[in-house]
Amino acid sequence: MNKNIDFKRIERSAAIRKNVLKTVTYTMLAVWGIMVLLPFYWMLLSSVKSYAAYNSEYVPQFFTLSPTFENYVKAFTEVPLARYFLNTVIFTLATTAIMLVVIVPAAFAFARLNFKGKNLVFTLFLALMMIPNELVIITNYTTITNLELRNSFTGLILPSVMSVFYIYLLKENFAQIPDELYYAAKVDGTGDLKYLFKVMIPICKPTIVTVTILKVIECWNSYVWPRLITYDKNYYLVSNGIQEIRENGFGREDIPAMMAAVVVISIPLIILFLIFRKKIMAGVARGGTKG
Amino acid sequence: MQVTLSHLTKKYPGRGKNAPDVYAVNNFDFVIPDGKLIGLLGPSGCGKSTTLNLISGLVKPTEGKIFFGDDDVTELPAENRGVGLVFQNYALYPHLTVLQNILFPLENLKGKNKLSKEAMLEKAHAAAKLVQIDELMERKPSELSGGQQQRVAIARALVKTPRVLLLDEPLSNLDARLRLQTREEIRRIQNETGITTVFVTHDQDEAMSISDLIVVMKDGVVHQIGEPQRVYDDPTNLFVAKFLGTPPICVFDGRISGGKVYIGESCVYEGGKNTEEKDVFVAIRPEGFVPCDDGEFVCNLSRVEVMGRDSSAICSHEKAISNPFRAIISTEDVINKAKGDVNFRIKPSKILVFDKKTEERIRL
Amino acid sequence: MENNNRKAWLYLLPAILFIGAFLVYPLIDVFIYSFEENFNFASGTSTGVGVGNYLHVLRDPYFLQALKNTFILVVITVPLSTVIALAISMGLNSIKALRNMFQTLYFLPYVTNTLAVGLVFMILFDCSEQSVGLVNSFLSLFGVQMVDFIDGPYAAKMFTLCLYTIWVVLPFKVLILTSALASVKKDYYNAAKVDGTSKWRTFRKITLPMISPMIFYLVVTGFIGAFKAYSDAVALFGTELNAAEMNTLVGYIYDKLYGAGGGFPSYASAAAIILFVIILTITCINLLVSKKHVHY
Repeated sequence: MNKNIDFKRIERSAAIRKNVLKTVTYTMLAVWGIMVLLPFYWMLLSSVKSYAAYNSEYVPQFFTLSPTFENYVKAFTEVPLARYFLNTVIFTLATTAIMLVVIVPAAFAFARLNFKGKNLVFTLFLALMMIPNELVIITNYTTITNLELRNSFTGLILPSVMSVFYIYLLKENFAQIPDELYYAAKVDGTGDLKYLFKVMIPICKPTIVTVTILKVIECWNSYVWPRLITYDKNYYLVSNGIQEIRENGFGREDIPAMMAAVVVISIPLIILFLIFRKKIMAGVARGGTKG
Repeated sequence: MQVTLSHLTKKYPGRGKNAPDVYAVNNFDFVIPDGKLIGLLGPSGCGKSTTLNLISGLVKPTEGKIFFGDDDVTELPAENRGVGLVFQNYALYPHLTVLQNILFPLENLKGKNKLSKEAMLEKAHAAAKLVQIDELMERKPSELSGGQQQRVAIARALVKTPRVLLLDEPLSNLDARLRLQTREEIRRIQNETGITTVFVTHDQDEAMSISDLIVVMKDGVVHQIGEPQRVYDDPTNLFVAKFLGTPPICVFDGRISGGKVYIGESCVYEGGKNTEEKDVFVAIRPEGFVPCDDGEFVCNLSRVEVMGRDSSAICSHEKAISNPFRAIISTEDVINKAKGDVNFRIKPSKILVFDKKTEERIRL
Repeated sequence: MENNNRKAWLYLLPAILFIGAFLVYPLIDVFIYSFEENFNFASGTSTGVGVGNYLHVLRDPYFLQALKNTFILVVITVPLSTVIALAISMGLNSIKALRNMFQTLYFLPYVTNTLAVGLVFMILFDCSEQSVGLVNSFLSLFGVQMVDFIDGPYAAKMFTLCLYTIWVVLPFKVLILTSALASVKKDYYNAAKVDGTSKWRTFRKITLPMISPMIFYLVVTGFIGAFKAYSDAVALFGTELNAAEMNTLVGYIYDKLYGAGGGFPSYASAAAIILFVIILTITCINLLVSKKHVHY
């Protein structure tokens, strides 16, 4: 052992370096955490300030001593927020339900059945995943317009149903179920459809739940298509609703009321997220992108 | 239930443009007697699993017919054939409990066969009791050991009282000790239920130990059918002789001449009625070697392995097809040396002779 | 397995109908639209076939403005968001306490409505006669001149747009990179540590190459996403993006289709195809570059 090496000193300086690094890391993470939370805090805060109080603060205050719910009342009475909300719920549920009805059998066919041209069709499906929405939305717009389906749920829902990517995701999951299970079920006297419902779907429930949640998020936040296809306020979804509220609703000054509306439309997804946190994050990591 | 396989053939189109068709099973002709346990035996890729799948209905034959009793079931889909099938990896439904797994086939019954809830439960518990898993009914497959999963799979196959029970390599995923135990279990269950059972294996020990009859297959062709001991003692060709028995039979280049069998210069058998004169393969079962100072057959000993009950002498001989080979020696006939030349006398009943070209058996 | 042709097609039928009607047919149609000159939406007639629509679009100052905006947005946000996401993910991966909480928190923007939170950003960055947003109040603490980030100078507006875009895309990138980093085996780090490798060198020589496929994936999807930016801009600056000089390529397409300057599906189609070609080109360049730099 070399006596010249002062192990105590090396140890101490290593400990210091470690602590500095830790502090820097936590500071950085906290700063970004605040950046993320600030808008949420701000909308909550502003939504409980009264109009008068908000406007009297030339420099905004970080808290309020007299929270009020009058803005929420306003949001539901002065603008048709409830209508937007209901429309979005209908749109989201219907689109997601139809999507599941369409993609589950398709994924089953690709994963489990043998037929002529399967590889060709599947490759075509994959290729279609690359096509940006912007390219097809123009014709869809004219199609729906020509069918006189603007300002209708049919027009809103039909072109939003399809997600090739989810067929792919589900097919991959279905394909992981060992063939023996299929044969076992067959020998036990189970037909294809029954096998799909009694074995495949229960086993792949996690993926189906993930796909459902991702689709719900997508529907809830969709903006472009509803904007193109609806000009009657009775068919606005929340995204268009909030834009409408901003431009023509309370007037540009009544920010607290606007924020109340923003809180109302943000809450369902945040609750959904907090419940299914793990599932959503795992699902998105497996290949979701925004929108 | 007697199962008749008549000229059963399954061929697949070959890969590539001019590739010939591949025969997974070729002209399988066999009557499985009622209530027997049949072992389908062969190296991997020999068509034994395809045969099983043909019987189960998962695969449709290209030619030939299958009868259960007097019913022609060739065109009947698997769903309606009423067979029980146990898979190599058990194929238990992972999302269902043991009880739900066993109930699954019963819930599929329709029409007049439909059972009441109570009847189903009663049957499921009876099946579980038979395979001794009635304590585990509420567990999920992932919470069971390999042996327990195996039993559940058997219970699931038995619960609907199948016309035929099929087992596809049922023991290959178990460890050695469990394998011995489970194969006795299968024999016991088969005896108790009396259901005609076909099971597939590549392990000849397994097949010989529990089957009433074994079917030895290779490349889609049946080579021999018979009682295990008979097939072992009296194989029809070199493949069957080599496939059965551990350690494997020892094969040498040899000659028959005037009713005698020679390996090199040594005469290992005499007094045969066959008077042909030709080069042949001479195969000797490992237990056919008896150490004897005046034995005709001289081998080079490299090592003796003691295995308790008996010992095996690891020898080589210039005429052997593959060196070294093993001879099994009872503990009474100890070889008193570790190395060098050893003289053997060969038991006449353990010598088999095969044609060089056709590899067919030549009767001595 | 036997063939079950008819059954399989039956299972696929709904999907094929939807894909055919709303994906394949429009895809073909958009090309036709883009080459039909002077297409009249009401009568459904056109005067001929040619590249007139493309020329019109390429000469349109609004289009050029949108092109410029989109390029600036892409060039700033893609590298910046990737680097920030990498830093955050490295930080997340190195801590134990509070890690789950931070992860959940960082993911929150992914599930919120872009339009709604954009409104909050607008208020935070606002500076009008009625009120001063939080950001400006904060800046004035340091004696910085107040700027209207929403309705003021071009650079300020672009800054807000970039910031909001990064805020919106970061959750996805952090999530992907965190799981990529977590999947790098600890053995490599331990081996490097025993060899006395410095932290920076470990990062450069081990971490980065190991997660390079994921970084590449993020860069590719990041480019595509940034080129398709639209709703973030609407959220901040309202639907009249041309007037705010903040339009994007996608915004231009929709404006041509519908809205104040709308009713020209042919121009919209031409612009959409130009956008598609740009994205395709950039993605191809990305793929070529990645061959040199992405390990595995």
